[in-house]
Amino acid sequence: MAVEHPAAAVPGDQTRIHNIGYRNYEGPRLGRSYATRSLYSQSLRGAYGLGRSIKSKVLPMLLFVVMCVPAAIMVAVAVATKAKELPVDYTRYAIIMQAVISLYVASQAPQSVSRDLRFKTVPLYFSRPIETADYVRAKYAALASAMFVLTAAPLIVLYVGALLAKLDFAHQTKGFAQGLVSVALLSLLFAGIGLVIASVTPRRGFGIAAVIAVLTISYGAVSTLQAIADAQNSSGAIPWIGLFSPVTLIDGVQSAFLGASSAFPGAVGPTNGEGAVYVLVVLGLIAACYGLLMRRYKKVGL
Amino acid sequence: MYDPTVARLTYRALLGRRRALILGALPLLLIVISVVVRALAGADDQTAADLLGGLALATMVPIIGVIAGTGAIGPEIDDGSVVYLLSKPLKRPTIIFTKLIVAIAVTMVFSALPTLIAGFILNGNGQQIAVAYTVAALVSSIAYAALFLLLGTVSRHAVVFGLVYALVWEALFGSLVPGARTLSVQQWSLAVAHKVAGGDLVTSDVGLTTATVFLVVVTVLATWYAGQKLRSLTLAGEE
Repeated sequence: MAVEHPAAAVPGDQTRIHNIGYRNYEGPRLGRSYATRSLYSQSLRGAYGLGRSIKSKVLPMLLFVVMCVPAAIMVAVAVATKAKELPVDYTRYAIIMQAVISLYVASQAPQSVSRDLRFKTVPLYFSRPIETADYVRAKYAALASAMFVLTAAPLIVLYVGALLAKLDFAHQTKGFAQGLVSVALLSLLFAGIGLVIASVTPRRGFGIAAVIAVLTISYGAVSTLQAIADAQNSSGAIPWIGLFSPVTLIDGVQSAFLGASSAFPGAVGPTNGEGAVYVLVVLGLIAACYGLLMRRYKKVGL
Repeated sequence: MYDPTVARLTYRALLGRRRALILGALPLLLIVISVVVRALAGADDQTAADLLGGLALATMVPIIGVIAGTGAIGPEIDDGSVVYLLSKPLKRPTIIFTKLIVAIAVTMVFSALPTLIAGFILNGNGQQIAVAYTVAALVSSIAYAALFLLLGTVSRHAVVFGLVYALVWEALFGSLVPGARTLSVQQWSLAVAHKVAGGDLVTSDVGLTTATVFLVVVTVLATWYAGQKLRSLTLAGEE
C-alpha cells in the first residue's frame, strides 16, 4: 500500500496525448435544406407505414384501399352501363368518403408528431441544423402530401376510367382539375387541424380521439343545424352555419367556385359573395394552424 | 371484486387535465346546440328525436365510450406502468372489473346526463323522448365501456379500432347494409329506448329480447375476456 505512484509526480515531457486514429469529418456537409427534405420524406413514408413495422402498415394501407375501391366500382359500373357521366362528380367523392379521410388524418397525425413529443426526441431534431420552422414545415408538408395522395388517388382512378370509357375528354379533364384543387385544399386544412391537435398531446390514443371528435362532432352538429334551418325555411342561414366545420367549409368552397353541386340540405350552396368568405376562412384556418404549430414548437424545442 | 384504490387511480387517469376538457366539451356542445335549436325551431318532437338520435346517441356516446373505455387501461399498458399494478396482490379480473365500473360511470355521467338535459331543453320530455334516449345512452354506455375496455387490453391501436367500429360499422355500414344493424350496440340500446318511449318516434331494427340478450352477452363476454387477456399480458413493445 505504501508504493508511491510516480506518474503524476514526475515533471517534464512524460505526459502525452496518444493519437489513436480518430479523424475529423472533412466531407461535404449536406446542411439544413437536406435535413428538412429527409425529415419530409421520412414523415411521408411513415404516414403510410413504410419503413415501420408490418402492424403500422395495416391501417393506412387499408384506408387507402377503402378510398380507392368505390372509385374502381363506379368506373366499372359506368363502363358496363355505357353511361355518359360518371355516377359521382370528382368534387363530390371526398365529401362522400369523409369518414375514411377523417380516420386517416386522425390515425396518422398523432403518429407523425405525438411520439416525438412523448419520447422527447424533438430537442434532438433541433440539435441538427434544422430550425423550428423547418420541422413544422416538413411535418405539415408531409402529412398534407400523404392526405393528397389518399384523396387524389381515387380521382385518378375515376379519371383514367372515364377516359377509357370514352367519356367527353374536355368535360372530364375540367372536372378532374377542379377535383384536384378541392382535395388539395382539403388536405392542407385537415392536415393542419390534425397536427395542431396532435401536437398538444404526447399520448397517441388521446390525440386520435381528439382529432376524430373535432372532425365528426363539428360535422354532425353543423349538418344537424343545417337540416333544421332547412326545415324552418330559413335557407339563408344554411351557408353561414356551414362555416363551422371543415368538411362543410370545403363543400362550400367547391360549390361556390369549383362547379360542384352542394351537399348542403336543399342543395343550397353559398353564393359567390359567401363563397369568398368560405375561401377566406379556409385560408385563414390553414394559416392559423401553421402559426399555432410554430408557437407550439418554439416552446417544445427547448 | 371492486378495489377502491384502483378505482381512484383510474378516475384520476381519466379525468386528469386535458382529458376532462374534451370529455366535458362534447356534452357542453350538445347542450348549446339544443338551446340554439330550441330558440330557432321551438319545441318539436321530431326535431328532438332527430337531434338526440343522430348527434347524442350515434356520435357522442360512442366517442365518449372510446375515450373512457380505452383510456381506462390503454395508456397504462402503452407506457408500461401497468406492471406496477399487476405486481400487486390483486386478481386481474378484479382490476378489469373495477376499471369497467369506472369507465361505465364516466361514460354515463358525460353522455347520459347531457342527453337528459338536452332532451328536456328540446321538448320538455314530450312523449318521453328525453327519458327514452337517456335510457338508451345509459344502456349503451355499459356495452361500449366493456367493449372498448376489451379493445384496450387487446391492441395498442385500440382507439382507432374503437372509432372504426363506432363510425364506420355503426354509422356507415349501418345506414347502407340493414344486416349490419343487428350487430350494433346503438340499435340494441334503441330497442330498449323504444320500449320506454312506446311511440314510433324512437324505433329500432332489433327486437327487445334479442337486444337485451346481445347487450348482456357482449358486456359479460367482453369483461371476462379482458380479464383473461390481462392475465396473460406481455409487455413487448412494438413502437
